Amino acid sequence: MNDVNSARKMRSALGQVRGYGSAKSGLRHWRAQRLTAIALLPLTFYFIISILVLKGANQVAIRAYMHEPWNAVLFLGLAVCLFYHAQLGLEVVIEDYIHGEGRRVLLLLLMRGSVAFFGLLATLSILKLAL
Amino acid sequence: MVEFTLPKNSRVTEGRLLKASPDAKRLKAFKIYRWNPDDGGNPRVDTYEIDLDACGPMVLDALIKIKNEIDSTLTFRRSCREGICGSCAMNIDGTNTLACLKPIDEIKGAVAINPLPHMPVIKDLVPDLTQAYAQYHSIEPWLQAETQAPPDAERRQSQEERAQIDGLWECILCFCCTTSCPSYWWNGDRYLGPAVLMAAYRWIADSRDENAGHRLDALQDPFKLYRCHTIMNCAETCPKGLNPAKAIGNIKRLMVERQE
Repeated sequence: MNDVNSARKMRSALGQVRGYGSAKSGLRHWRAQRLTAIALLPLTFYFIISILVLKGANQVAIRAYMHEPWNAVLFLGLAVCLFYHAQLGLEVVIEDYIHGEGRRVLLLLLMRGSVAFFGLLATLSILKLAL
Repeated sequence: MVEFTLPKNSRVTEGRLLKASPDAKRLKAFKIYRWNPDDGGNPRVDTYEIDLDACGPMVLDALIKIKNEIDSTLTFRRSCREGICGSCAMNIDGTNTLACLKPIDEIKGAVAINPLPHMPVIKDLVPDLTQAYAQYHSIEPWLQAETQAPPDAERRQSQEERAQIDGLWECILCFCCTTSCPSYWWNGDRYLGPAVLMAAYRWIADSRDENAGHRLDALQDPFKLYRCHTIMNCAETCPKGLNPAKAIGNIKRLMVERQE
């Protein structure tokens, strides 16, 4: 966008500020960020309790714990909320601080790719223990 | 990337020291940002010593005294000297405020005065607000209604409806809040900033206006509105004691409300 902007210097201030108008989006992102944050409060609490309960347990005990549908579902919920929330938050950080359309898009793709990778890794690990 | 250091020609250097006359009793130093586009030099900080016994109580009084009696090249905007025109908005002692409403004796030590942060400087304490004014223009800050007003009377609203715009209409557009907002610093070309968003909400909340939906449509944008991360500098710094962050929160709430 930077190149276009520098070529646009003689445009009126109002024309520059209006730009391409409203993208008619942003609400879903904003709301999802808040809802996942709220969901993460009890889920993180549950996660800490689980760690304490399983402290020093052997693999058999951990498998048995994760085999319970309740626990498996809560762990999956935690993984989904956590990685989704992280993706939304990092998106905002990149949009805030990285200027220059090319670099921004590249970083956003890299970030989403890695968050998706680790999110899937976590999900699959939970499923392997649960099933 | 966001630039965290100033470019070479913007580094601020030490300036001159202009002492008060030796018989002055209550001395106060004012460290003022100076930059003149015509001399090609870097910005500098000049120090002026003033006798408070021969000066009015507000920072603006000191600036006017300096301009009148010490250095007529000092450039700043001022008009009403009573906090209603918004001209003398500047960064005083690290906080954006109006020079005319800021008492000198609230400041310990030397008084540091800089132009509003992160705006292009025209000269000394005069920032270029062209973009901010254009952003204000872009939210269409006027009453929009298809229903004709009664031919012989004003548009009426109940006392409760009128109360909806209290805390909003008082804004004098000094842009202290907008220029204190880090989100505006980093993305001011696309983010509208707290002053303009509060002005937008002032019309959304006005019962006489019939175009709230259109106004919300225009704001529903990841950059125009949602760059606000509730940092709250705006509410902290407003010299009129208003709360732009709350107005922005209300816009976000309405966005959710009309979706559900």
